[in-house]
Amino acid sequence: MKQLLPEFRSALLATLVLAVVCCGLYPLVVFSIGQLAFREQANGSLIVDKHGVVRGSKLLGQNFAAEKYFHPRPSAAGNGYDAANSSGSNLGPTSQKLRDTIKERIEAYRKENGLKETDSVPADAVTASGSGLDPHISPESARLQIVRVAVARGLVPATVAALVEQAVERPQLGFLGDPRVNVLRLNLVLDEINISR
Amino acid sequence: MEYFGWLQLIVFVIALAAITKPMGLYLMRVLDAGGKTWFDPVLKPVERLTYRLMGVDSSKEQDWKQYTVAMLLFSLVGCLFTYAILRLQHLLPLNPQAFGPLSAHLAFNTAVSFTTNTNWQSYGGESTLSYFSQMVGLVFHNFVSAAAGIAIAAAVVRGIARHSARTLGNFWVDLVRVTYYLLLPICLVLAVFLVSQGVIQNFKPYTRALTLDWTATQTIAQGPVASQVAIKILGTNGGGFMNANAAHPFENPTPLSNFLQMLSIFSIGSGLTWYLGHMTGNQKHGWAVWITMLLLFLGGILLCWRVEAGGNPIHQQLGVAVAGGNMEGKEVRFGVFNSALFAVVTTDASCGAVNAMHDSFAPLGGFVPLFNMELGEIIFGGVGAGLYGMLVFVVLAVFIAGLMVGRTPEYLGKKIEAYEVKMAMLALLVLSVSILGFAAWAAVSPWGLTGLSNFGPHGLTEILYAYSSGTGNNGSAFAGLNANTLWYNTTLGLAMLIGRFLMIVPIMAMAGSLAQKKVAPLSSGTFPVSGGTFVVLLIGTVLLIGALNFLPVLTLGPVVEHFLMGQGKLF
Repeated sequence: MKQLLPEFRSALLATLVLAVVCCGLYPLVVFSIGQLAFREQANGSLIVDKHGVVRGSKLLGQNFAAEKYFHPRPSAAGNGYDAANSSGSNLGPTSQKLRDTIKERIEAYRKENGLKETDSVPADAVTASGSGLDPHISPESARLQIVRVAVARGLVPATVAALVEQAVERPQLGFLGDPRVNVLRLNLVLDEINISR
Repeated sequence: MEYFGWLQLIVFVIALAAITKPMGLYLMRVLDAGGKTWFDPVLKPVERLTYRLMGVDSSKEQDWKQYTVAMLLFSLVGCLFTYAILRLQHLLPLNPQAFGPLSAHLAFNTAVSFTTNTNWQSYGGESTLSYFSQMVGLVFHNFVSAAAGIAIAAAVVRGIARHSARTLGNFWVDLVRVTYYLLLPICLVLAVFLVSQGVIQNFKPYTRALTLDWTATQTIAQGPVASQVAIKILGTNGGGFMNANAAHPFENPTPLSNFLQMLSIFSIGSGLTWYLGHMTGNQKHGWAVWITMLLLFLGGILLCWRVEAGGNPIHQQLGVAVAGGNMEGKEVRFGVFNSALFAVVTTDASCGAVNAMHDSFAPLGGFVPLFNMELGEIIFGGVGAGLYGMLVFVVLAVFIAGLMVGRTPEYLGKKIEAYEVKMAMLALLVLSVSILGFAAWAAVSPWGLTGLSNFGPHGLTEILYAYSSGTGNNGSAFAGLNANTLWYNTTLGLAMLIGRFLMIVPIMAMAGSLAQKKVAPLSSGTFPVSGGTFVVLLIGTVLLIGALNFLPVLTLGPVVEHFLMGQGKLF
């Protein structure tokens, strides 16, 4: 017991000293460098419109439902794309609920994009992402939505198709990650060239 | 995409091999109380001041009991520290969302979880914890539980390397040096890089945005995320700032940030094998352990990747394209391959960060992370914990080889006797008793079953995964399980304590005993601890001893579900 007391005291003091260094100094240094060197990223890569209103983050998806917009993936975060409640569905491969949900989504996706009963649907278009905030869809899913968006906006499909191809992000450094389309950026570009609200 | 997957896997393995020796060399200097590093001009005075404030004589070494007691006391104090912060959250600063205090059982579970390097999370970060609770209450343990793990590993290696010795180093010195010289500098660089990729680092209240289609408002969670993500990854802690962890774009925005996070998870564990080789004067032994780990890792990723890329036949029958694979719970920017790779890496190590929801993996895709945890997370492993866990298997492998040829088993010139084998077996048995015992209890109790969100064999897997993750100090989850209840929080808390401390004590006893032994000269009958035979024997020991305990229950969970999925059965 006599031996334990000094060790206990060391444990107590070590906790305080290391807490100051690791939980005070360290995050503040990262904060300072981040705010100085990468201000935009450190604050959430926010999209601010010309009136100074925050319209979202480039990194977080939103729930575009109107016909004239490219639609994001289904989301399990809150009531959909709740950026204060990130979450996946956590439904397993043999879940009846997941199967029924996917069936409904496939039917809806086929209907809104004019696909045939026998056409297969891109996997990412009918499954919820891990975060519920995935800003991306696959290039396949974007291409299938071109005609619908073009019709709703009174544009030539070829114009929209060209925008989609421009929006396809290639793997980083040439090999990392999958090709993808950021739905927010694509819809922003569309709204800029075609202001039919 | 096949081609890109292979390319990424090859680059990952090459990068891992390339950093192993530099990391090992650096670890040698950090773990030597008198070692010199580039940071000495800045950090040496801070280090000395820290010892003075703590009242520690840094020149005095401890025997295995004193070393272990210091570690246990330090963990106890830290655990109470975090418990207090979580319970008093509403009175503390940096709480712009005005979150209330945590319930007693959730605070207990969370404090234990971070103290034991598990980072199991029964809560959703951005909807429960203030910036202060995350930055101080949790990040504190992200640093020190990692440092303590590395310290224990160093003490065990010293026990193997030394002979006729009583002491294994000084816990306080190892703790402070690892934190200052190893973790802090790397985290600083990693965190700033992550910010450049888009990980946030601020103290603003949550931002309200008007959505681009003008129809709704979106509340965007903010916080000091980058500093926490860097150490959660490097220290194989795994506790996310946000509920969705590394799947959240604010924690892991790009494929490059994802790649570096995976590499960081393995970096220290990989470097420690080199440290082992160097310290024991047998570099080939270090590499043999590394190769064993690599082969076990490759087996896991190849199975998991293949299964996930194959997708779900039930959904494909409805019209989901086969080419996309199983995308439920996965992010498009990572795709199937990087989600599978992350899942394997995070459970080979005891990290537990996730960039995809394991609960939604195909049955055999989810089997791989579960099995990795049940092997004891010795494939590169948690920082420190991976190496000392693997050394238990090494001792057993040498023992089995000795039995087979009828000689007294020796490990690096030291006789392995009844005491060492008993301690090694104790460390292993404690894990299986905790995992299987708690899982069996939950599976037949109302409190266990009400938490499930999936049924049939998948429900059993959810329960099994929780206790494997808790006992293995991993922290990843089949997150459909609602574990924020009195019973789950308490039993999982106990499982985490058992998995961490009841494993460390027998291993330290073994190390203390090995340190005292004399070294016998090599003879022609000595079993070599490097080369192909040793690697095969070690893999065999890991798989046999690791798997035998768990095969029956794994058959009832993921294996049965795999066949039922093939028949289109739903629950």
